[in-house]
Amino acid sequence: MTPEEIHSKLANSHGDAILPWLAPEHGDPCIQVAPEGFRAVAESLRHTPDLAFDFLRCVTGVDREASLSSVYHLYSYTHEHGVTLRVDVARDEARLPSVSDLWPAADWHERETYDMMGIEYEGHPGLRRILLPSDWEGFPLRKDYVPPKTYNGLTNE
Amino acid sequence: MPHEELPGKSPAPETLLKQYIREPRDLTRYLHYLKVARKEGLPTAVLPLDAAINWARASSVWPLTFGLACCAIEMMATGAAKYDLDRFGAGAFRPTPRQADLMIVAGTVTHKMAPRVIRLYEQMPEPKYVMAMGACTIGGGPYAVHGYHVVKGIDRFLPVDVYVPGCPPRPEALIDALLWLQDKISRQDPVKTRYEDAQAAP
Repeated sequence: MTPEEIHSKLANSHGDAILPWLAPEHGDPCIQVAPEGFRAVAESLRHTPDLAFDFLRCVTGVDREASLSSVYHLYSYTHEHGVTLRVDVARDEARLPSVSDLWPAADWHERETYDMMGIEYEGHPGLRRILLPSDWEGFPLRKDYVPPKTYNGLTNE
Repeated sequence: MPHEELPGKSPAPETLLKQYIREPRDLTRYLHYLKVARKEGLPTAVLPLDAAINWARASSVWPLTFGLACCAIEMMATGAAKYDLDRFGAGAFRPTPRQADLMIVAGTVTHKMAPRVIRLYEQMPEPKYVMAMGACTIGGGPYAVHGYHVVKGIDRFLPVDVYVPGCPPRPEALIDALLWLQDKISRQDPVKTRYEDAQAAP
């Protein structure tokens, strides 16, 4: 199935949660999902026999000026089709349901997105920093990040 | 070994040592020791011991396997067949710091890794040496300006004996740094220092 077909199929079953098909100037064409209905959409992508997305390739975060996005790249080995999902959340309330019980790969990917962007994933089995030390302050890959001058007595100059 | 004296008569210790030391660098070290001894009035028995200790230490510097990033590849290449480190006595890489003399910090050190580097350094027994390999360990390297998690040079928390510039340094540069370190070791005075400490202590 092409991504547009998948989009229309999901829009039929989930209605409001699926926003119109997004083919931006820069970046992948993707299915944009509202944060409220995201968990249901993820479950149907995983369990519907027609779609059968059994492989989560990547979970990444994107900092757009007004919001943060969590982007999911999915692939199906059964049907050999892939799709990109995008969920936009507000910067000061960046919370999303975790999909680590549907796709185990999401465990570390969501930890990295939390570490770098600050998007919290509810229901994650152990959401903590993965790349930076656990007492690091701030989320480095946000556009408004200011690095600290010192850490543990070592300067960053 | 060819003897210059007549057979049956044992040569002077200095002559024997000169004959055994075939490499010009060793000879220079020994002559330097002789000069120092005459100036400071040290007993002559000490000097061959000093030279022997320094030669042993310099010729068998066992590095710690401490490849952190890309410089590790060049360190492995230097230890492999083509640019052999073993012919300088430094081929026995030890995985444990307890048995290592030299810590070649090969790769970027992040803030998260720095306490672990210090812990490993403290676990090495004396005499120990540190080699800063690659641009990242000298001054931050490519991450010097924008690296928020990179320690800009390991000499901010470790005493470094020799720096090897490069990104990464070629195997020949690493070998050159090792020879430089061997030279530095050979210029130390182990017995004299111990003797001075014993005299100074009341």
